Amino acid sequence: MTATLVSYSLLAVWSAMAIYALAFVAFTLDLAGRAARDPRQKGVVEGSEAASGGSGTSGGAGTTVVQRTDAPSVGGYSSRWAKVALALTIIAWLLHVTATVFRGLAANRVPWANMFEFSLTATALIVGVFLAVQLWNDLRFLGSYVIGFVVLALGVATVNFYVDVVPLPPALQSAWLVIHVFVASLATGFFGLGAALSIVQLIQSRREATKGLLRLVPAPDGLENLAYRLNLVGFVLWTFTLMAGAIWAERAWGRYWGWDTKEVWTFIIWVIFAGYIHARATRGWRGSRSAVLAIIGFSAVVFNFTVVNLFFKGLHAYSGL
Amino acid sequence: MDSSRPSDHVDGRGHPTENDITQPRLGVVGYARFVWRQLTSMRTALFLLLLLAFAAVPGSLVPQRSADPNGVVQYRTDNPELYRVLDALQVFDTYSSVWFSSIYLLLFISLIGCVIPRTRHHFDALRAAPPRTPARLKRLPAFLAVDAPGITEKDAVESARRLLRRLGYRVRVDSASVSAERGYLRETGNLVFHGALVGILVAVAIGGGFSYTGQKVIVEGQAFSNVLGNYDSFNPGRYFSDDVLAPYSIRLDGFDAEYEEENIDAYGQPIDFTASVTTTIPGADGQPASIKVNEPLRIGGTEVYLLGNGYAPWITVRDADGEIAFSQPVPFLPQDGNLTSLGVVKVPDGLTDQLGMIGFFYPTTLPLASGAFSSSHPDLRDPTLTLEAYRGDLGLDGGIPRSAYSLDTDALTQVAGRTSETPTLALKIGDTVELPDGLGSVELSEVKRFVSLDIHHDPTQTWVFIFSVLVLAGLLTGLFIPRRRLWVKFVAGADGTSTLEYAGLARGDDPTLMAAVTAFAQKHAAGLGIKVGE
Repeated sequence: MTATLVSYSLLAVWSAMAIYALAFVAFTLDLAGRAARDPRQKGVVEGSEAASGGSGTSGGAGTTVVQRTDAPSVGGYSSRWAKVALALTIIAWLLHVTATVFRGLAANRVPWANMFEFSLTATALIVGVFLAVQLWNDLRFLGSYVIGFVVLALGVATVNFYVDVVPLPPALQSAWLVIHVFVASLATGFFGLGAALSIVQLIQSRREATKGLLRLVPAPDGLENLAYRLNLVGFVLWTFTLMAGAIWAERAWGRYWGWDTKEVWTFIIWVIFAGYIHARATRGWRGSRSAVLAIIGFSAVVFNFTVVNLFFKGLHAYSGL
Repeated sequence: MDSSRPSDHVDGRGHPTENDITQPRLGVVGYARFVWRQLTSMRTALFLLLLLAFAAVPGSLVPQRSADPNGVVQYRTDNPELYRVLDALQVFDTYSSVWFSSIYLLLFISLIGCVIPRTRHHFDALRAAPPRTPARLKRLPAFLAVDAPGITEKDAVESARRLLRRLGYRVRVDSASVSAERGYLRETGNLVFHGALVGILVAVAIGGGFSYTGQKVIVEGQAFSNVLGNYDSFNPGRYFSDDVLAPYSIRLDGFDAEYEEENIDAYGQPIDFTASVTTTIPGADGQPASIKVNEPLRIGGTEVYLLGNGYAPWITVRDADGEIAFSQPVPFLPQDGNLTSLGVVKVPDGLTDQLGMIGFFYPTTLPLASGAFSSSHPDLRDPTLTLEAYRGDLGLDGGIPRSAYSLDTDALTQVAGRTSETPTLALKIGDTVELPDGLGSVELSEVKRFVSLDIHHDPTQTWVFIFSVLVLAGLLTGLFIPRRRLWVKFVAGADGTSTLEYAGLARGDDPTLMAAVTAFAQKHAAGLGIKVGE
């Protein structure tokens, strides 16, 4: 039974990766299209399905008279490739979630107890957050980055991190495994998307003058505001992760904080994002500087997940490798 | 010199000299104020935050005395030169080092310096009315105007006031307009967040002084009473005194370990550890209890954790006449996942010479091709105890403290083992083997389990938890509750028409400001009977 479920799970992972790869290609073709077309052409920027929920003047048919809003018109451009890519992403994501669920069923526990399973679940959450944000903000221009990242992560996870289903050691037998690790993975999803926006923001603000690659992508201000909101959610989730981890550590290891390597890096990430939030309120730090901080923060998250898990000595030695 | 001043101006500190800079002179108070302003500025706070993140990194690259003391010893052996440099820089105690502490203390001083004036300001704002309606609402980031034919100023203002009050706004009514503000909780949350961080720091600092941790190994059937001398190791806080140890005792009745049997990929992996104990507090009968890895025992203001377990072979040593010189279970420390364990036996009295033995215990014996043993499963299936025996001076009388778990063989002569005539002794349960030189005999009568318990007391742990919850609550309200000002203004046109103007202003990022202003305008206009739309 377990073996069957595991093989279904793996089949679903490989299928998801193949479709993600196709989605990546489609997103990239869409991006190429964005670069090629001139935004001043009619009907490109103010496309019909623009800014769904952007300005927020829903309700009564056409509110009266003068109206001003600084709400950024994020997105607004849509090519056939973007639609294809999004559809492929949704199909791949459903397979990805299926793979994760089957893995959990096979192991008869939550599917995030070793490095392979963390990667599987965390990437599913990253794509999940990416898709969820589409509901109120068209972020398809980030597709190449997000899906590219996810395909790479899944590839490394299935090839290099794969371990067979094993039961939980006593230290992991706790309800906190469900909460702590899940929330941490979810926070990773928000930080990842935030960092993606910050990268595009940096490219945009550099290209603003030269009118280069990403003309059909929102202006840096809009990107920055959206990145900030995503990172705020990530920061709250990360704070919760840190606290839940401390409560669990108190029960399992007898102290709520002991500067274990993983604890140190969780703390470092928390402080970096605290700095990022303060940077937004500091003169001279808005814009590119705070974007760089957000990217450093997400890099630290990835570092914490890979290098710290694999090469640093500590109590969080649950990679299974 | 300030060029706008007359050239003969004297600014109270004598005539200006050649290399004089037009900077105001700061007295001691002035300098203090200047430093304080700098320290409490956002820029400094940001710098300190980033510095703190950066300063925390070395502690994860190098083993820490607090988390991994053996790692530090190993590091010293491997890199003696680098060790001396890093140790001088306190890198092995990063998180209590002078440099790390000064960063976070400065950060907290900066934080307090920022939060106190903000608290005062917020307290005032909480009692003050919202500011007057600006003259030109059109200039605000969210603005909306609605034609309002046949509406009187009084109706418009009064209904706006009522509606805003109902929506939780604090309201100020001027002649033809209403000014309203909401979301004071945002700043409250922000201040609670920062205050609670200070609370955590203080609680941790106090807790560190009054807490203690101790370790104790207990073999099945043995008991431990909570007295300082009974601990194997003990780490008190600075203000610890003996009398805080609550009088209680814990007896280990049994220890059950469960290992994976079915899954071949995880064969022998531990599934569950349960220590069954009887706890006794003075004046009460013993109470049965159990301790598991994620389920510590709370007793007498302490938490008791199950941190390790292993085997304790019961070893009996008799002299040549069969008189017992030593008989007790000896905890052997696990060396690998299959519980190959290392142990030491010291018999200082009762034999013609002092006897020391060092050996391995294999719970499930697997003979290797080399003739050595290993253990193939952690459960007790086919146990073997091997011992190398030494005679001579154990050095116990010199007054130097010796670990019970190590044997210094330099001054001893091996009588049984790899380098002596008699080979290493090997015993199964129930076996008795003779020691060479007519020293006597060694018997392995039975094998018991032992557990190693960690006993902690931290009086401020609950406070740290409460402040952490406040941190999270403050964060949520401080980041996500929008602070908004809303204005409604009745404008009478020259030709008898009238217009209602709505405007909003947010503090910080507020992506839904325009939506909120629009929603309010629609509601307010509808209440006045104006159809919003064409």
